[in-house]
Amino acid sequence: MAITVHNIVKNFGDFVALDDVSLDVAGGSLTALLGPSGSGKSTLLRVIAGLEEPDSGQVIISGEDATSKPAQKRNVGFVFQHYAAFKHLSVRDNVAFGLSIRKRPKSDIRARVDDLLHLVQLDGLAERYPSQLSGGQRQRMALARALAVEPKVLLLDEPFGALDANVRKDLRRWLRRLHDEMHVTTVFVTHDQEEAMEVADTIVIMNRGAIEQIGRPRELYEQPGNEFVMGFLGPVNRLGDVLVRPHDIEILLGPNGVTTEATVKRVTYLGFEVRVEMLLPNGRRLWAQATREAAEGVQPGRVVHVRAKAAKAIDTNGTGPLVPICEDGHDDPAADNPWWDRRVVMEVHHQG
Amino acid sequence: MLAKFGLRFVALGYLALILMLPVAIVFVRTFQHGLAPVVNAIQQPDFLHALYLTVLITLIVVPCNTVFGVITALVLVRREFPGKSLLSALIDLPFAVSPIVVGLSLVLLYGRQGWFGGWLTAHGIQIIFALPSMVLATIFVSLPFVVREVVPVLHEIGDEQEQAASTLGASSWQTFWRITLPSIRAGVAYGVILTTARALGEFGAVSVVSGKIAGQTATLTIQVEQSYQQFDLTGAYTASLVLAVLALLTVFAMNLFKPKELD
Repeated sequence: MAITVHNIVKNFGDFVALDDVSLDVAGGSLTALLGPSGSGKSTLLRVIAGLEEPDSGQVIISGEDATSKPAQKRNVGFVFQHYAAFKHLSVRDNVAFGLSIRKRPKSDIRARVDDLLHLVQLDGLAERYPSQLSGGQRQRMALARALAVEPKVLLLDEPFGALDANVRKDLRRWLRRLHDEMHVTTVFVTHDQEEAMEVADTIVIMNRGAIEQIGRPRELYEQPGNEFVMGFLGPVNRLGDVLVRPHDIEILLGPNGVTTEATVKRVTYLGFEVRVEMLLPNGRRLWAQATREAAEGVQPGRVVHVRAKAAKAIDTNGTGPLVPICEDGHDDPAADNPWWDRRVVMEVHHQG
Repeated sequence: MLAKFGLRFVALGYLALILMLPVAIVFVRTFQHGLAPVVNAIQQPDFLHALYLTVLITLIVVPCNTVFGVITALVLVRREFPGKSLLSALIDLPFAVSPIVVGLSLVLLYGRQGWFGGWLTAHGIQIIFALPSMVLATIFVSLPFVVREVVPVLHEIGDEQEQAASTLGASSWQTFWRITLPSIRAGVAYGVILTTARALGEFGAVSVVSGKIAGQTATLTIQVEQSYQQFDLTGAYTASLVLAVLALLTVFAMNLFKPKELD
């Protein structure tokens, strides 16, 4: 394990930022800490880096206990959301900073900086100052600077948060490719689920100072552990105790025995897909995501026939794992109510 | 069009009246009777001693208050501790207190009848009516400038660069010397200019604690007063001119220290 944290607790006054968090990060992996604001993901990252001191708990990096070591001695690379560029130094001197602190010979430094600038595609900009670079260039410089000292672990705190949407997408892919070449254990924090899904091998979903679920992107999306995870990773219709993804709702123009009627209220064209908002017989609203072909003939006011290809139920407490119902479009015929009007009553398992 | 010119005229007129006119008059009056009287005044032993004292005191006070100012600013901005707002208020105390009162309190502390007076006399240490008290008085009255200039700069630049430096392996000292200090250069430069100007121009506190002994404990500012009272106008104007020149030299020197992109 490249990074292990045990039972980290961190409070800021009354606010619980990290509530007994434990995590293992495999060496060479690219892991995302994903969650909404206030979930504790940045705090956890900073605790690993040594920029925040936890109230209790342990941090182990590459097998060594780093808990009492200051950031200076942990040899972790850190990239900040707003670059933290050394404004009074040139790009070359920024990237060389860690090496010059370690008193490497000047010729070695020069060679390494040139290599890194080539790696991050900033050749020719070595003598410029950060204020003369674009946001994307500054962040690439920051990355080169962090990598210069060959850290054991690379940590990025919302690295693309301050950039335009297009630059963000480009840099995201670029980070993935860089990681595939360099294999440094990397952990990055984001609140953007699309970014996490696209870039990371492993996603750690956090909420309110605790880890909700850990898994590969596809696992988390298809088998979310609870309502929060399901709702965070993608859009969800909540019908009572049942959760259905908009793209799991099939719309037909005529009944086929397992469908139910619904009245179309609104149809929105989003270019590549169509959003259909409908009203169910029990008065609940539902929206479906359909392709342009599937939405042919679907007009507001028309009665259509819908079925769910997959749905999940939460228990009445709202906690605990989700239970799949209605798999492959087939609802449980023994159930008393259809999927769109069901109240789920679960057995309460007492913790032994 | 007219309004724009009007406003410039008012601003320039104000500056001319309040600022430039008095300085110009001093310059004109100094050389009113030619160069020879000025040269003669400069060569007087009392004058030379006053110049020496002023420069000496300033050379002690400015570095002390600069170092103290930068450290205090760092503590105020980057650290939390109980009593922080009290410390901040105390820093501004020299602005609130009249320099004469400063001088008086130093006499009450260190004078022969003062709190430490007995102990000092017993050990043969002379503070009042000697250089030490003049240095203390000048340190006190010029204390806040560097702190107050550096604090907002530190707030503005934030501490992310410093955090980045520490993740790259820099110790606290290395971070301060290579990252923090270069970033606050402008604030320090302005603070030093203000501190120097205040130290050069200090009169009230120093005149109380020094006893104004000509040739021994009179600074250039005191020399101006003494010359004027003895109807030696040339001497008074010459001392004033020299003070102005010293201040200008400081401004030029600090302009070199400030980062280029600001002005």
